[in-house]
Amino acid sequence: MAYALQQLINGLTLGSMYGLIAIGYTMVYGIIGMINFAHGDIFMVSAFIAVTCFTLLAAADVSSIPLALMFVLMVTIFFTSAYGWAVERVAYRPLRGSTRLAPLISAIGMSIFLQNTVQLTQGARVKPIPPVIEGGIELWAAPDFTVQIGWSQLLIIVTTVVLMTAFTWMITRTPFGRQQRACEQDRTMAALLGVNVDRTISLTFMLGASLAAVAGVMVSVYYGVVDFFIGFLAGIKAFTAAVLGGIGSLPGAMLGGLLIGLIESFWAAYLWAEYKDVATFGILCLVLMLRPSGLLGRPEVEKV
Amino acid sequence: MSAVVFAHHRMSPAERVRDAAWVAFVALLLGIPLIGLTTVDAGGRLEVSTRFGMLALFVAIAFGGRIALRATVDHFKARKLARQQARGASEATAASTTRRVSTWLGWFALGASIGLPILFSDNRYVVDTATTVLIYVMLGWGLNVVVGLAGLLDLGYVAFYAVGAYSYAILATEHGWGFWQALPVSGAMAATFGILLGYPILRLRGDYLAIVTLGFGEIIRIILVNWTDFSGGPNGISSIPRPSFFGLEFTRRPAEGEQSFAAFFGLDYSPMQRLIFLYYLILVLALLTHVFVSRLRRLPVGRAWEALREDEIACRAMGMNTTNIKLSAFAIGAMLGGFAGVFFAARQGFISPESFVFTESAIVLAIVVLGGMGSQLGVVLAAALLVLIPEFGRNFAEYRMLLFGAAMVLIMVWKPGGLLSHREPTVRLGQREETPA
Repeated sequence: MAYALQQLINGLTLGSMYGLIAIGYTMVYGIIGMINFAHGDIFMVSAFIAVTCFTLLAAADVSSIPLALMFVLMVTIFFTSAYGWAVERVAYRPLRGSTRLAPLISAIGMSIFLQNTVQLTQGARVKPIPPVIEGGIELWAAPDFTVQIGWSQLLIIVTTVVLMTAFTWMITRTPFGRQQRACEQDRTMAALLGVNVDRTISLTFMLGASLAAVAGVMVSVYYGVVDFFIGFLAGIKAFTAAVLGGIGSLPGAMLGGLLIGLIESFWAAYLWAEYKDVATFGILCLVLMLRPSGLLGRPEVEKV
Repeated sequence: MSAVVFAHHRMSPAERVRDAAWVAFVALLLGIPLIGLTTVDAGGRLEVSTRFGMLALFVAIAFGGRIALRATVDHFKARKLARQQARGASEATAASTTRRVSTWLGWFALGASIGLPILFSDNRYVVDTATTVLIYVMLGWGLNVVVGLAGLLDLGYVAFYAVGAYSYAILATEHGWGFWQALPVSGAMAATFGILLGYPILRLRGDYLAIVTLGFGEIIRIILVNWTDFSGGPNGISSIPRPSFFGLEFTRRPAEGEQSFAAFFGLDYSPMQRLIFLYYLILVLALLTHVFVSRLRRLPVGRAWEALREDEIACRAMGMNTTNIKLSAFAIGAMLGGFAGVFFAARQGFISPESFVFTESAIVLAIVVLGGMGSQLGVVLAAALLVLIPEFGRNFAEYRMLLFGAAMVLIMVWKPGGLLSHREPTVRLGQREETPA
């Protein structure tokens, strides 16, 4: 029981991170109807930026953890959203209005490019950073097992909930959200009515990248190691999460992320750890067979 | 003329500089965290080191590159415009020229590929690289059935390649099967997997299909890595027997009771003989694939694939069985991938899950899309390009994948429809009659 509770906490933490990355996929998909294949690698770049920042701060002897975290988050979000912008500008904007597959290929190229850039400029070795936040709360001391929630886990879950609420509010209530939904429905019509479509799409990519940046900082805090290949698996898991929840739906991405996180940690804890990715994809296949538009997605009605 | 000038507003020098300055600024932003700063391992902990010189160089290259790029693009745009005005060529002549050129190009490519090992009979590197190109051509043609003809986006094609390779490897090393016996069985095995994958995802479309196929490819790879008893795990399977030429082996000293190729034809033994044989083998397999696929395109099932690609709802309305059409596309695509896998295993003599990662799927898909979906010749061009780019980059080996990624983006942006985007109609309604003058 205690062990299961611990897995629940670990799963929620993992799921929150997947959810944060998944929102980036789902928002981009919502607005241009395409998978941003380079999103996982943007997440990876952000984790590297976070590691550099933490190392800089450690060298500067900054001891206040909240201050350090705020600084790292801001710097990482700033630079990562520049990467999000650049990916859209280089790999997507010139191809808007061409076949559906063309941007997919250019994004895969972008992803290979980013991975190799990081490998070349930052080195292929794993980057470890000393633990930033240590300790936690003991929730329940069962005779044979102590359930614990680490401060970093708490931080990840709380940040995710806050960001999730903020983004849902932004999409449903603010002028920007309205413009974004307008572009989603009909880009030409939105442009005719005075929405700056290019700007809206760029901003969407930047916002997606910012959330990936938050996830990147969290990953470097939680695991303490980063390498140039983490983007691939995190990317496809997060995309799986977005599809599972129903692509295009913000709460769906979050729900999908949490589900994937939970499935993964329970499967690894009770069944075979080496087949946890098989479980993720297997369940994705099952869900899509039974509910092809995802859990919270609206079924797509194709008009003839 | 004034209208044209208005439509293609030429940038003034000041505008060009401003534009390039903006690019340089973005390059600076992007460069600071990755190029300007880096973390190095200093005795167990990280330290930040700076490379501002390199960053400055990068920004300068971005600035200069942008100006040069803009100038070139403008130049070519202006020339194209002038040519169009001068000629006013009609679409029809352009299409027929493309058709003629691609027919010529096709025959030329065939001739070159037959003659290549004769010209380079003592150059191991060239023959090896050409063999790799042909493997990708074959994979591209196989995937072309699924993506180019049937319009089903498959991101896990490498799974079938793996199934073919492992089927042959296991049949040959554990059951002593020969290459030619194992080839059809492995192909059938891959086709079965294609149907297995295809069946549950018939209802999915577009991106959902893409992610499930990607997941399927990963599942196969993870199983191959972890099921050690069956597949040898991460160590893979080694000493896979090589194919023989009608029972003649390509070894210096053949096994008991066997005859070697060199001895039979009274030649001196040379390791090149096997390489050239492998090259012609894949060439024949690839050409058979080509003939097979182009015949299929003319059969009802091929037309059904293309109809399905264009409009699934219309297909259903016409009473076509979309289930069978999709499954046949998956099965045939998978079978061709399986054949390529068998050849790959036989050529390498060693396989491991390392060879069947997602990047391979991405490369094959890139070949199909860059070639111009559905174009057989385009696949050849794209395969040659994508295999040769990293090869040319071998002199600066670390940069080859970087170049590869950049090339994928650039080619796509330059030619979004693929290298040969002109699409030949498969079925023509009776030839239009020449209008009498």
